[in-house]
Amino acid sequence: MNKKQLEEKIAFSVLTVTMLLVVVPTLLIIGYIIFKGIGTINWEFISAMPRKGMREGGIFPAIVGTIYLVLGTIILALPLGIGSAIYLTEYAKQGKITRLIRLAIMNLAGVPSVVYGLFGLGLFVLFLQIGTSILAGALTLACLILPVVITASEEALKSVPQSYREASLALGATKWQTIQKVVIPHAMPGIITGAILGIGRAAGETAPILLTVAAFFLPRLPKSVFDQAMVLPYHLYIISTQVPNMPQEIQYGTALVLLGLVSIFFMIATVIRIKFKMANRA
Amino acid sequence: MLGSQEMVVNEEKMVHRKSLKRNIKHRIWEYLIEKIIFILGITSVVIISLIFLFLFRSGIALFKDVSVKDFLFGSNWFPISVNPQYGILPLVTGSLLVTTGAILISVPIGVGCAIYISEVAPPKTKTVLKVIIEFLSAIPSVVLGFLGIVVLSSWVRITFNLSSGFTALTGSILVSLMALPTIISISDDALNALPMEYREASLALGATKWETIFNVLVPAASSGIIAAIMLGIGRAIGETMTVMMVTGNAAKIPDSFLTSARTMTATIAAEMGDTVRNGTHYHALFAVGIVLLMMTTVINLIADFVLHRGRREGR
Repeated sequence: MNKKQLEEKIAFSVLTVTMLLVVVPTLLIIGYIIFKGIGTINWEFISAMPRKGMREGGIFPAIVGTIYLVLGTIILALPLGIGSAIYLTEYAKQGKITRLIRLAIMNLAGVPSVVYGLFGLGLFVLFLQIGTSILAGALTLACLILPVVITASEEALKSVPQSYREASLALGATKWQTIQKVVIPHAMPGIITGAILGIGRAAGETAPILLTVAAFFLPRLPKSVFDQAMVLPYHLYIISTQVPNMPQEIQYGTALVLLGLVSIFFMIATVIRIKFKMANRA
Repeated sequence: MLGSQEMVVNEEKMVHRKSLKRNIKHRIWEYLIEKIIFILGITSVVIISLIFLFLFRSGIALFKDVSVKDFLFGSNWFPISVNPQYGILPLVTGSLLVTTGAILISVPIGVGCAIYISEVAPPKTKTVLKVIIEFLSAIPSVVLGFLGIVVLSSWVRITFNLSSGFTALTGSILVSLMALPTIISISDDALNALPMEYREASLALGATKWETIFNVLVPAASSGIIAAIMLGIGRAIGETMTVMMVTGNAAKIPDSFLTSARTMTATIAAEMGDTVRNGTHYHALFAVGIVLLMMTTVINLIADFVLHRGRREGR
């Protein structure tokens, strides 16, 4: 073996180590949470109200609160996100306005989540007087996931071949008819992927919720969108830092439920995307 | 005969008029749709403007009570003492320390991992690795924070023989995990975007694969990699929950990685619940938010600039 080959071998080993330094901790984190949390998960834990200052019972209201919040978020973010993407890919002429929009999207993606929290508190909770509520949280989170939804939808729309559009227009369809009947259906898997990734992101965020939705302890289900709610990530924060003598099983159980919820969204999105890619190649 | 001909003409006119009507209807509809889509298109611009507007609206009010100098350069953050002081310096240094630590860990690992994925890994491994890394970015920050409390902090305490494991280093390690996916995926994109000819030409000249990576590919993708690092820094500096849960949150200027630190993000999240709406403390937290937003915006703009310059040079 000459010097060059040895050098290459060492370099590639180092690269392999860096790869392992990312992969191993990730798998360890997932494995550890599953290992420690799985014993806690049973029907009561999922479906019962918390008791004795959250030290016993289940996390049902937090699960329901998260689902409400996430649904609200996606209902608000999806039309805005898809609309933005349609504008960027189908209508806009490349120029100053699109450059400005892209810069805005990039900046939105980089705004810290706690700043979204401040913004939601200032605009939705106080200025618009919605109050600390599911609606205020959903509006805030919708702003937060908008870049994710726009980027994914834009990629999906771009992947629709130009010839489809031309064929539809040549048959006498108007531009909007073409978009509605040809472009969007073909881009749907990609758009759904973006939506699901957005949902996953919204389900795991804590800091914005802290300032706009969250109730410390509310052992009942929210009655309307103007109600406060318990939410899983905030609940995990509370029981792991604010409540003394918290049984660890409940903490790990809650962490596992949260991680599980986010993983389900993530896996659905990944499967759709891989299938879509294969179909496109074929 | 004449009559029937007239009727045909009339009928044709009717049909024509109908289609004209429909056409006009269509046109109005299309016009409306176009306007609606345009409004949806600029939502992101509207939202980012509103974010700036509302942060400034509430943050600037602080300077009625506290001077800009005391705020930016004051080294005491005592918001709830009898003589409240709002010096942001401990928080800024706390944020910078945790971010520096996180970046020192995540840049070498992240760039190395990106090179491995893009240039070394076989296609199937590549797909699996990408899924794992995306999954890492999907793990909620509060779950990492929780693990930081129950596992990592005791490891740090025992390893470095400290009285408490809630240190800047603990935060840095966890935040590096959150910055990694950003750094890896953008660096990987940059390497992937390089034309195949670069690799072929270098290999044809007798360079080994490693020499090609080190002397040709990494320099050619450098603008993308720098942008990836910038965005990783942005991600690290904005991280809130993990940091709040594991760094101990003592509001003093930290002197090493092994002491407690309090970041800007953690301060906002932890203290907002106790403030009086529109009180000085409330305004001070918004002012901290402005500083934070300014930092991340500048970092993002640099990343954007570097990426675009790279793309132009690439052409």
